[in-house]
Amino acid sequence: MNIHEYQGKQLLRQYGVAVSTGLVAFSPEEAVKAAKELGTDVVVVKAQIHAGGRGKAGGVKIAKNLDEVRAYAKELLGKVLVTHQTGPEGKEIKRLLVEEGCDIKKEYYLGLVLDRATARVTLMGSEEGGMDIEEVAEATPEKIFKEVIDPVVGLTGFQARRMAFNMNIPAKLVNKAVKFMLGLYQVFIEKDAAIVEINPLVVTGGGDVMALDAKFNFDANALYRHKDILELRDFDEEDAKEIEASKYDLSYISLDGNIGCMVNGAGLAMATMDTISYYGGSPANFLDVGGGATAEKVTEAFKIILSDKNVKGIFVNIFGGIMKCDVIAEGVITAAKEVGLQVPLVVRLEGTNVDLGKKLLNESGLNIVAAGSMADGAQKIVELVG
Amino acid sequence: MSVYINKDTKVLVQGITGSTALFHTKQMLEYGTKIVAGVTPGKGGTEAEGVPVFNTVEEAVKATGANVSVIYVPAPFAADAILEAVDADLDMAICITEHIPVLDMVKVKRYMEGKKTRLVGPNCPGVITPDECKIGIMPGYIHKKGHVGVVSRSGTLTYEAVHQLSQEGIGQSTAVGIGGDPVNGTDFIDALMAFNEDPDTYAVVMIGEIGGTAEEEAAEWIQANMTKPVVGFIGGQTAPEGKRMGHAGAIISGGKGTAADKIKAMNAAGMEVAATPSVIGETLIKVIKEKGLYDQCKTH
Repeated sequence: MNIHEYQGKQLLRQYGVAVSTGLVAFSPEEAVKAAKELGTDVVVVKAQIHAGGRGKAGGVKIAKNLDEVRAYAKELLGKVLVTHQTGPEGKEIKRLLVEEGCDIKKEYYLGLVLDRATARVTLMGSEEGGMDIEEVAEATPEKIFKEVIDPVVGLTGFQARRMAFNMNIPAKLVNKAVKFMLGLYQVFIEKDAAIVEINPLVVTGGGDVMALDAKFNFDANALYRHKDILELRDFDEEDAKEIEASKYDLSYISLDGNIGCMVNGAGLAMATMDTISYYGGSPANFLDVGGGATAEKVTEAFKIILSDKNVKGIFVNIFGGIMKCDVIAEGVITAAKEVGLQVPLVVRLEGTNVDLGKKLLNESGLNIVAAGSMADGAQKIVELVG
Repeated sequence: MSVYINKDTKVLVQGITGSTALFHTKQMLEYGTKIVAGVTPGKGGTEAEGVPVFNTVEEAVKATGANVSVIYVPAPFAADAILEAVDADLDMAICITEHIPVLDMVKVKRYMEGKKTRLVGPNCPGVITPDECKIGIMPGYIHKKGHVGVVSRSGTLTYEAVHQLSQEGIGQSTAVGIGGDPVNGTDFIDALMAFNEDPDTYAVVMIGEIGGTAEEEAAEWIQANMTKPVVGFIGGQTAPEGKRMGHAGAIISGGKGTAADKIKAMNAAGMEVAATPSVIGETLIKVIKEKGLYDQCKTH
């Protein structure tokens, strides 16, 4: 789960991590009020969307007086911002962060992320901040420094110091940078973050080391123990069908095609999409009903697929292990009857309780095309959709 | 012979009184797995599916000599269940549970360093040596005893591959589901090493998916060390970039870990890679025919 920059900065403040001062605004009036409260000569008006690349796309404005604040706020709110991370459809700006202007001496990069290869949280830092860190990593990997963190002791003082020196933080500010990194690590661990990225981390003319931006992503599997983080979820940033799916613990992702897919297991779901594409079709979604799905969950999954107007046919591909085929069959039947299925439906069942599942489908009186294998099912649905 | 588990394996079920665990305990018993104990704190002294239940793993091991544990404990408590299995010096802990917070697994991995126990999973279907021992949630009937090892990050794709092999009369020595989480126990290289050393395994099917670089590393290892043919498949070839596909591990980031990268690495290691999941079996058969291993692999 992602949160907005202003929410990330509030979180950092709670942990004593230095961030630029700012206030959130949902309207031009609130933006002006925020600027007045800040009272600085220059304020920055920043679009709050869950995507990077806002600056380049025109989502960050520098205002020198209150009239400019109002004008920029009006311009940005309601505008669809397209950045290299939003996709061509962009994201509508609904919130702004109004911040004090900052006397930036130098911009750095700092990130905390789980490294799969070492199974450890890793601190990454570079003095090449403020730009696309992936480009830096590719062109000049020697400019990115890493500290692999042992969970027993956490990020240590010496590691943070070594990082600060490697990043060429001015010597007299190293202690501030160390305090920053230790706080950042503490938030990461205590809130079960998956990624925290501070780009840029800045050194100011006044000798402060602070976060000018903050990107947080949290481990969805750990949200059950962080009610405070869950409250920060912004439903406007998510696909309506994906929100509906998450209510039922279904893993759903909208795609551009016209063949709805319902599969158990992420691997098989991806492989089903691959197979549909191989036979010339185009999947409308990724949907993993998971292991412990009930008939009710399957029914909801079916409804979500059908709520996509592009769907011209559905392929159900189940290889039951923990998932029982009869449960899938019951869900499919209930849903098809409830919504009055108008599009072709191909079902392939295999695995636990397969005979019971097939029997239920056969006796349902529904117009279901049975498939003998994944390839057979994919070919059939591609043909039926045309 | 086989890998990791066989007819003598004594299995302990952690979280045995949960509904999923009960269902699969029954299935495992019907398959012939020797389940000697269950553990559910507070239910010690009772029975589940005819299996004695204990309060702690230590107690269960002392009383029954169990050497492998399978974990069905709910995600918030699963990491602790793994630690308990490791603390009891079991040979292996197979964790089926999905949705374990990844930072819990970081701690578990660290705790396991230098310990005896081998972890498989979490978020995996388990391990099966056909006709001898089934530990996990895989449907037993699709398997057939034989000589092809299967190792996979995806549960349901493992079933798919195994099913195809069995239908063609190609049995399996052992099928190992290593799970799709970003931090897990046994990895591809561990399983490949075990298959390489197992005299009864003649060829291996390796099923990966997008995200991470485990497949690339395994391909390198295969090129340098593997004496037996390995056939591959990568799920997620058409997944859109940057979209999260359910498995925490299956994230494409920074142009690394794409299906194309992985297939390239596998081809470079001399491996055949199946174009679609439906031809995994076919591809394996083609390769073992070329190597003259078909007759030995075909189950009579």
